[in-house]
Amino acid sequence: MSTYDDTFGRIAAQIEPFNKKKASLRPGTSFAGDLEWDSLTVMDFVAAIEDEFDIIITMNMQAEIETIGQLVDAVMKLQAE
Amino acid sequence: MTDLFSKFDPLIDERQALLDRGVRDPFSIVMEKVISPTEAIIQGKHTILLGTYNYMGMTFDRDVIEAGKSALDNFGAGTTGSRVLNGTYQGHKECEQALIDFYGMEHAIVFSTGYQANLGMISTLAGKGEYIILDADSHASIYDGCALGNAEVVRFRHNNVEDLDKRLGRLPKEPGKLVVLEGVYSMLGDIAPLKEMVAVAKKHGCMVLVDEAHGMGFFGENGRGVFEEAGVADDVDFVVGTFSKSVGTVGGFCVSNHPKFEVLRLVCRPYVFTASLPPSVVATAAASIRKLMHSGEKRAHLWKNSKRLHQGLRDLGFQLGTETAQSAIIAVMLPDMDATVHMWQALLEQGLYVNMARPPATPAGTFLLRCSLCAEHTDAQVGEILEMFAIAGRATGCIS
Ligand SMILES: Cc1ncc(COP(=O)(O)O)c(C=O)c1O
Repeated sequence: MSTYDDTFGRIAAQIEPFNKKKASLRPGTSFAGDLEWDSLTVMDFVAAIEDEFDIIITMNMQAEIETIGQLVDAVMKLQAE
Repeated sequence: MTDLFSKFDPLIDERQALLDRGVRDPFSIVMEKVISPTEAIIQGKHTILLGTYNYMGMTFDRDVIEAGKSALDNFGAGTTGSRVLNGTYQGHKECEQALIDFYGMEHAIVFSTGYQANLGMISTLAGKGEYIILDADSHASIYDGCALGNAEVVRFRHNNVEDLDKRLGRLPKEPGKLVVLEGVYSMLGDIAPLKEMVAVAKKHGCMVLVDEAHGMGFFGENGRGVFEEAGVADDVDFVVGTFSKSVGTVGGFCVSNHPKFEVLRLVCRPYVFTASLPPSVVATAAASIRKLMHSGEKRAHLWKNSKRLHQGLRDLGFQLGTETAQSAIIAVMLPDMDATVHMWQALLEQGLYVNMARPPATPAGTFLLRCSLCAEHTDAQVGEILEMFAIAGRATGCIS
């Protein structure tokens, strides 16, 4: 099991190629508001995260995740399962 | 007090900006007269229809119209009731029998639209704790079926067999899973690699539903759809379809060999809680479906039209959604909203109607003009269509 910081770092690395606005990445950074991602970018990004951690983030779960911190929590929970 | 309509302001403004540029509204065309499956009068102008999904041209078929008139006379204008109460007439059963015969399957259920067929099937089949796995480019009715139900929803990349395999491999083994595919994807007119996708779905123990809305009538030996042509009929659990395209009227259906299929009539809310189709509609659908069983010549002409239009548009220099003509839909790809609207209007002014499509309906933020061919388009009409595209394309700078 990975630690919060480790997971955060791996997620941040996956965000970089999509971070066109060069927004700073903190747990409170929101995907729609701060990164201004559209639904297509979200889809590509989710696929990248799923591959990185070998997990599935269902659309139901995606609907609940608005910030990087929430994504870190979700990924850690999925890995624990 | 907050006006609940405030959230639509960006859309209202975008639309107004478009109209202010002197463009006709692509989403409020009125057909003043319909002359045939391929011609109508729009704002007083004689117009060739190239955006109606009326693939087999059944809307004005004599036998189909007669069947409808007779049902109207004998059974009235409407059923005023649900299929499970007073809304199942002899005509609804005959229509379901026509589908059973057409598909060579054991069971058929007719819904009031194809949209409702997808809503009903998808929301009912996969319940809480179960999974729906769908293509990212799925039709709105498939997405809405997911939203109506309680299952977990997983998307895979459009037509990507490897991605589907990978995702299914990551899901827990036990829960029931439904993979939802379409034979033809209606935005670009590309077809799904059903042979490979269905094999992958079966390998992972999933049930498979294929939406053949744009494939019925002219794919496969019996015109059943892309799944028939791909040779996977035995492995597809459910086929969903519509009467609003090749069949030429309105309505939706699902056919299946599942032994417990009929229970859906009791548990499928979009089947139960709405009025059934009018008698005239099911009568026209049944007559049309029976005729579609023997329309080899029409099918051949439709394919000829599609291939010719595809090649012709390519030769003119247009960029198309597919390398070859894979279906009866040809998508002309354009760079942006402006070019698309101008091209669309230039075609309409010459007397050609096509569909305009833009994000979010289209995949990957693309703008396109979608052409759908009809078996009743004559060779001369296809020639005229190509000429109009050439003139409009040059006038708008879309081609040189
Ligand atoms: C793939 C697909 N499925 C379902 C439908 C819905 O069909 P209907 O027009 O009967 O509601 C359509 C058409 O709109 C479609 O393109």
